Amino acid sequence: MLAKRIIPCLDVRDGKVVKGVNFVGIKEVGDPVDYAILYDKQGADEIVFLDITASHEGRSTMVDVVRRTAEKVFVPLTVGGGIRSIDDFRTLLRCGADKVAVNSAAVKNPQLLKEAADIFGSQCVVLAIDGRRMDDGSYHVYINGGRIDTGIDVLWWAQEAERLGCGEILLTSMNADGTKEGYDLAMTEAVCQQVSIPVIASGGCGSLKDFVDVFNQTSADAALVASLFHFGQLTVNDVKDYLRQNHIAVRSV
Amino acid sequence: MLAIIDYGAGNLFSVANALKFLEIPYTITNESQTIDAADGVILPGVGAFPEAMQMLAHQQLIAPLKKAAAEKPFLGICLGMQMLFDFGYEFTKTAGLGLLSGEVRQIEAKGQKIPHMGWNSITITQDCPLTYGLHDGDFVYYVHSYGAYTPKDNIAITSDYGGTVTGLVFHDNLYGTQFHPEKSGAVGLKILQNFGGLVR
Repeated sequence: MLAKRIIPCLDVRDGKVVKGVNFVGIKEVGDPVDYAILYDKQGADEIVFLDITASHEGRSTMVDVVRRTAEKVFVPLTVGGGIRSIDDFRTLLRCGADKVAVNSAAVKNPQLLKEAADIFGSQCVVLAIDGRRMDDGSYHVYINGGRIDTGIDVLWWAQEAERLGCGEILLTSMNADGTKEGYDLAMTEAVCQQVSIPVIASGGCGSLKDFVDVFNQTSADAALVASLFHFGQLTVNDVKDYLRQNHIAVRSV
Repeated sequence: MLAIIDYGAGNLFSVANALKFLEIPYTITNESQTIDAADGVILPGVGAFPEAMQMLAHQQLIAPLKKAAAEKPFLGICLGMQMLFDFGYEFTKTAGLGLLSGEVRQIEAKGQKIPHMGWNSITITQDCPLTYGLHDGDFVYYVHSYGAYTPKDNIAITSDYGGTVTGLVFHDNLYGTQFHPEKSGAVGLKILQNFGGLVR
């Protein structure tokens, strides 16, 4: 049986894991490699690094982080944030990433998804979508870190990405993100119904029950988690134990 | 020394990282002399069957790989495992290396998503040197849409995913995994360590 995946996400700036505190300050919480090793030991099924560095120097730091992690962590590694070109894909895959997540650049140039899938295979092409529920009940794709409303329909974009060869969708709900009130079940399930590739739910988890809800009430394949793990409120093990008690298949380590 | 075959496809860096972590000596190569001199061979692979076979042919690797497969421990991973068989049916019927009897077709995955991507539990259907220390119910990481269909005698591990997926095959000194041992955490490392043990 296929296990539901629990995926810790690490925001990395200038080679350090950072976490926004109440949307205001950004706090450095440590070395990404140490976090990746810790989460791997706790049973993380995959690790996501999201590069939020703006500078060019910072980006080469990220490559080093991925390389050092890939030498010690033997579960899939996904890297996203600021990916613009086939060269970015190549650089990250060659230093040990298994998948590359692309967001704004794919909206601006959808062919990037197709080219990347043709060259490196669908399995390593992840489309990250930041979606927001609009007043009319539809969902819009936002880009540039959630600052720009593209007006593009999330459901259409997910389907288009699959057609172009994308292998997985990382779906973040801007409505739910940061609320700790649970994943956006409606949007997640709407996207799952639209595509046959795996969907990772992201944004909003605040308690153990949220994980059970997202797996019982949607067909999401995986749940992304950030802050809950960083400050040690919960471990990957806690989440998996609770899922197991609720008869949801997860990998044990 | 293990030779990891670099024919231009596949994530051989992950395989190399895992061997380095296990302190198993390896070299990355596409030269027949190096393959001849190696004590064992790993054929990785991610991508499509026809292109990968073409790349092997283009780099004159088919004869050296067949020779190695007859003489020493040989492990194919994912597409590298699929190419051990007689034929593949991805896009078009393509001849494989013909080292194991069977063929590679799209998996059934009844009621499931294709590709089959993620951690799937395993059933050990038969012990072989690579299953040492493994248990039914362990999880390994798969990413594929096509799978090997081969006589039961050749199969040591299967997974259930809307039908039976061939996980690990073996015959004499030949081994192949559909899943990625280099990405399967401690279970995967154990399999690579078992393979390394055959070489040293």
